[in-house]
Amino acid sequence: MSRAGVARGGGFFLVLLVLPFLGLDHWVVNLLVFVLMFAIMASAWNLVGGFAGYPSLGHAAFFGIGAYSMALMFHGATLTSGYEPFVMLPVIGLIGAVIGWPIAIIAMRTRADVFAIVTITFLFMIQTLAFNVRSLTGGSQGLGLPVAPFPTASYERPFYLVLVAMLAVAMLLTFGAMRSKIGLSLVAVRADEDKARGIGVRVSGVKVLAFSVSVGLTAMVGGVWAYYETFIYPQFAVDPLITIAVVLMTFLGGRATLWGPVLGAVILEAGQQTLAYRLGGSQFYLIAYALVFLVIMLLLPRGILPTIEERIRLRRRARVANAAPDTPGAARVADAGHVALAPGGRS
Amino acid sequence: MSALLSVDAVTKVFGGVRAVDGCSLEVAEGSVTALVGPNGSGKTTLFNIITGYLGADGGRVTFAGRDVTGRDPGRLYRDGLSRTFQQARVFPQLSVLENLVVAAGYGWTRLFTPRVGRADRERADELLDEFRLTPVADLLAAELSYGQRKLLEFAAVLMSSPRLVLLDEPTAGVNPVMIETMERHIRSRNAAGITFLIVEHDMTFVMRLCDPVIVLDAGRRIFSGRPAEVQSNPLVLDAYLGG
Repeated sequence: MSRAGVARGGGFFLVLLVLPFLGLDHWVVNLLVFVLMFAIMASAWNLVGGFAGYPSLGHAAFFGIGAYSMALMFHGATLTSGYEPFVMLPVIGLIGAVIGWPIAIIAMRTRADVFAIVTITFLFMIQTLAFNVRSLTGGSQGLGLPVAPFPTASYERPFYLVLVAMLAVAMLLTFGAMRSKIGLSLVAVRADEDKARGIGVRVSGVKVLAFSVSVGLTAMVGGVWAYYETFIYPQFAVDPLITIAVVLMTFLGGRATLWGPVLGAVILEAGQQTLAYRLGGSQFYLIAYALVFLVIMLLLPRGILPTIEERIRLRRRARVANAAPDTPGAARVADAGHVALAPGGRS
Repeated sequence: MSALLSVDAVTKVFGGVRAVDGCSLEVAEGSVTALVGPNGSGKTTLFNIITGYLGADGGRVTFAGRDVTGRDPGRLYRDGLSRTFQQARVFPQLSVLENLVVAAGYGWTRLFTPRVGRADRERADELLDEFRLTPVADLLAAELSYGQRKLLEFAAVLMSSPRLVLLDEPTAGVNPVMIETMERHIRSRNAAGITFLIVEHDMTFVMRLCDPVIVLDAGRRIFSGRPAEVQSNPLVLDAYLGG
């Protein structure tokens, strides 16, 4: 990891850890809790939709699976410390990943738009089950969880800190994937899956692995959300809008980047909530939200970070090319340019 | 010399078209065999069947003494049967170096090792040097010229130390200098023990480089023999010129 990368990551998480102790208003901390939830889910979605290039629209199903798993574990239970549900989060992640495994094996036989449709079908299947398997989910009556016995003044803080830890895990997993042959294989899958298969890349393995890890993380967020809300209903626990938001955030920040999904979540979730407050209870904020999104997509079609990165790269190259030819960097780039213009010319 | 690859009565039907029609051929170990034929004679379809990209409707493919009909292309690759594509398929978002490393045919356990490890780097450096791609090693493959992409694809399939390489039109769409470069690389790799099966339309290239030459027409083998005999064979003339 480069020194700048460590500094950036360390600084970011330091700020995140300090924020809840600054005496912010409840609505601000509440907003931050949701920003974190979406940042984790967008990072998780990025593993499948960004790196592997499989645009899953079914992730909200796993959010719901996580939420209902948590609700079923603690429905009617009494909590002493309030941390018991957090302890169960790894189990919920595992449940999500184990359910995700066969789903990935089946759904990932299709690609692109067909894959998107297959996964959104799974989402509606889970939603229908949540509405109708009343003995388990309570149907549209919903399912309650015990209220956390945290002090009112800092009620959100434990949720917030758990989510910060989960975001760190999600980003470390992304970073690990990018720096290992898993990331290399995933990029190959996204670029040309048939070719990748033909040169011995473990195509099925890496994409199923990426999907499982991704939906496992998403299920964990669902678990935290259920506990935070203390009462869950099918239409909110398995909500296509969650999927859409997560996809938009990843596209906005930049697919297949480490920071893109986080940036997208911060901008969109904070922006949406602010617009919702400003424009009142009407649905008018959705139009403003769409407008912001349209403008950014028109100006930065590949997402914020990749567009900026490319501009920096081009500018740096132009500067190197214009610099004195005796600098080694310029010589190397000039040499490369020469070879590119005259393939095999000097061989 | 024994046959490294043998194709035995392979058939592939697309709707009413018999793209490959009971085709049989052998590729001797150590040879540079050419597979030629008019457009639509089934060369690429046969390539796809041999390399596992397409299932056959009948017949058998044997590689290194084992029946490999319908085997997964990735497994075939790791077993030593590599191919390139007509349109130079490389991964544009990966660097030239990474394009080589990703093609090394690594196993499960190495998935969790660094993206480009020291051993990968050393292995790739040899090929980069051999193919004169070292100056562009860190550029994205998207930034290469078409001819260089063809070279890169060729270099990449050598990462797995294959026994047999199938090249699909290695000279199509590249300049004359690059054609010579390609020819030199094939010769030196052949001298190092790799067997080649090459689909090619450039007949002077084939005449210079390949022996034997196999001619397909309408999904069947109509000729197999020395390059010098091809041009005088009445069946071949008939397939190319009329009838």
